[in-house]
Amino acid sequence: MAETKKIATRVSYGETLVELGAEHDDFVVLDADLAASTQTGRFKDAYPDRFFDVGIAEQNLMSIAAGIAATGRVAFASSFAMFAAGRAYEQIRNSIGYPHLNVKIGASHAGLSVGEDGATHQCNEDIALMRTIPGMTVIVPCDDVEARAATRAAYEFDGPVYLRLARLATPVFNDPETYEFKLGKGIVMREGTDVTVVACGLMVQAALEAAERLAEKGVSAEVINIHTVKPIDTDLIAQSAAKTGRVVTCEEHSVIGGLGSAVCDVLAERCPVPVRKVGVEDVYGVSGPALDLLHNYGLDAEGIAAAVEELLARD
Amino acid sequence: MTDDELRHVANEVRKGVIVGTHAAKSGHPGGSLSAADILTYLYFEEMNVNPKDPGWDKRDRFVLSKGHAAPALYSALALRGFFPVEELETLRHIGSRLQGHPNMLDTPGVDMTTGSLGQGVSAAVGMALASKHWDEGWRTYCLLGDGEIEEGQVWEAAMFAGNHQLDNLVVVVDHNGLQIDGTIEEVNSAMPIADKFAAFGFHVIELADGNDMTQIREAFGAARKVTGKPVAIVAETVKGKGVSFMEGQVDWHGKGPDDGQFEQAMAELSREA
Repeated sequence: MAETKKIATRVSYGETLVELGAEHDDFVVLDADLAASTQTGRFKDAYPDRFFDVGIAEQNLMSIAAGIAATGRVAFASSFAMFAAGRAYEQIRNSIGYPHLNVKIGASHAGLSVGEDGATHQCNEDIALMRTIPGMTVIVPCDDVEARAATRAAYEFDGPVYLRLARLATPVFNDPETYEFKLGKGIVMREGTDVTVVACGLMVQAALEAAERLAEKGVSAEVINIHTVKPIDTDLIAQSAAKTGRVVTCEEHSVIGGLGSAVCDVLAERCPVPVRKVGVEDVYGVSGPALDLLHNYGLDAEGIAAAVEELLARD
Repeated sequence: MTDDELRHVANEVRKGVIVGTHAAKSGHPGGSLSAADILTYLYFEEMNVNPKDPGWDKRDRFVLSKGHAAPALYSALALRGFFPVEELETLRHIGSRLQGHPNMLDTPGVDMTTGSLGQGVSAAVGMALASKHWDEGWRTYCLLGDGEIEEGQVWEAAMFAGNHQLDNLVVVVDHNGLQIDGTIEEVNSAMPIADKFAAFGFHVIELADGNDMTQIREAFGAARKVTGKPVAIVAETVKGKGVSFMEGQVDWHGKGPDDGQFEQAMAELSREA
């Protein structure tokens, strides 16, 4: 079997910005001294006069982006998720979210898979923060193909968007020939009848792998990719839960307030079924190689399969 | 307009502040009255705006970074014709277009949503940058409070504006000397203000009396001639200016006048006219 290509979604984002730059001149890209890491540096190289570095000043980054957007343009603003969603939360809430401005926040280095930099840089809370902002669209792409489509969708969408991107290069498993991104619409990656596994980001691939392992044990898992955590695809989640009767959520994020909580919000109102949330428990991360960290925190196929089996054992 | 005509308008703007904060039974009259003359000059003399087309894309922009002075901004906008003056009585009421702090989605003529201190000046920098980037020629004005500049974000914005030589940006500091917890010296002084902006690459104009229309005209006239640097006008003002019992009183930062105080304030402002 040929080795699967691995690409970090931040690279997909940076390359797509360059493509968009060739097609449109009504947007600019801003960064806060992390252009080489967030990959907006690719846009800087291609269009130096359309790129602005505000230096290490994330509050200013977001509010300048808001001011540009208030003149009727689009502004992409990038930093690490920790400093975008974390440090500049209130700027995003009051100066971008409230006036519903066309700022597209490309937040890289989200989650534990930041790796060696450790807890201060591993943002496991950004989905929770961003999805509480009225009118904010929150997208967590699962691979290169989806991240490219999501970046384009963010540009085309009228309103603020939070794009959650990863540092870690991960397998490209969607087919660019057939893949279609619809904002707010989840994707059934694999049909099943015993359990619904809802995932986002790099956990989608882990969920698919878990479903393979479970199939060998006679468990039929339905895998749903929720790339748009907000607005979430309530119908798809409720319909699948009604069919399988149990749900496991998977995210590289705190179990408090993220995808798992969003799914539980849907299920509590539409289809109450037992749920297991696979994510970062109420703790901080630690330094270490990304894949080892994900394994240690149970954020891989093995952890997902174990959670499914535990849920099934409750019956 | 002549300075006398502008003084008359500024007095009407002050009446609108009193009407609004009285009707709301809340709001921020002190910092609205200190800025009334500057706002009047901006909307009636300095800025290129069109009340019949508030969203005109080539208009000059104004950002009220000290968003709590919304009553003065609304009053100036209403008198300039962006919406009916009678609407000032709906300030802070449910269903009103006049929110407690400005929201660009609600109010015709409001160019930026503000209220959380320190953010508006960055947005103004973004606007000035956009005007330069797309080569559109319009100017951006921003009004900061002197307490507001304790926010670190103000200096992030100033650093960027200075480094990018945004000479289409004029930042005005309404230096009335008072903030909620006391005088700015007592709380956490940002003095010397002029030196700080100069150090960040601004051309600084010290406006000795920011409630004097002749001096305000001179300051903005000088600002227009500056090239290669953003301009900071540090305007010495009196909080509560024009209403005797509010002048220099920190208590009048954030409350509305009751019926008796409303009558007295309106009587004083009517005599002034």
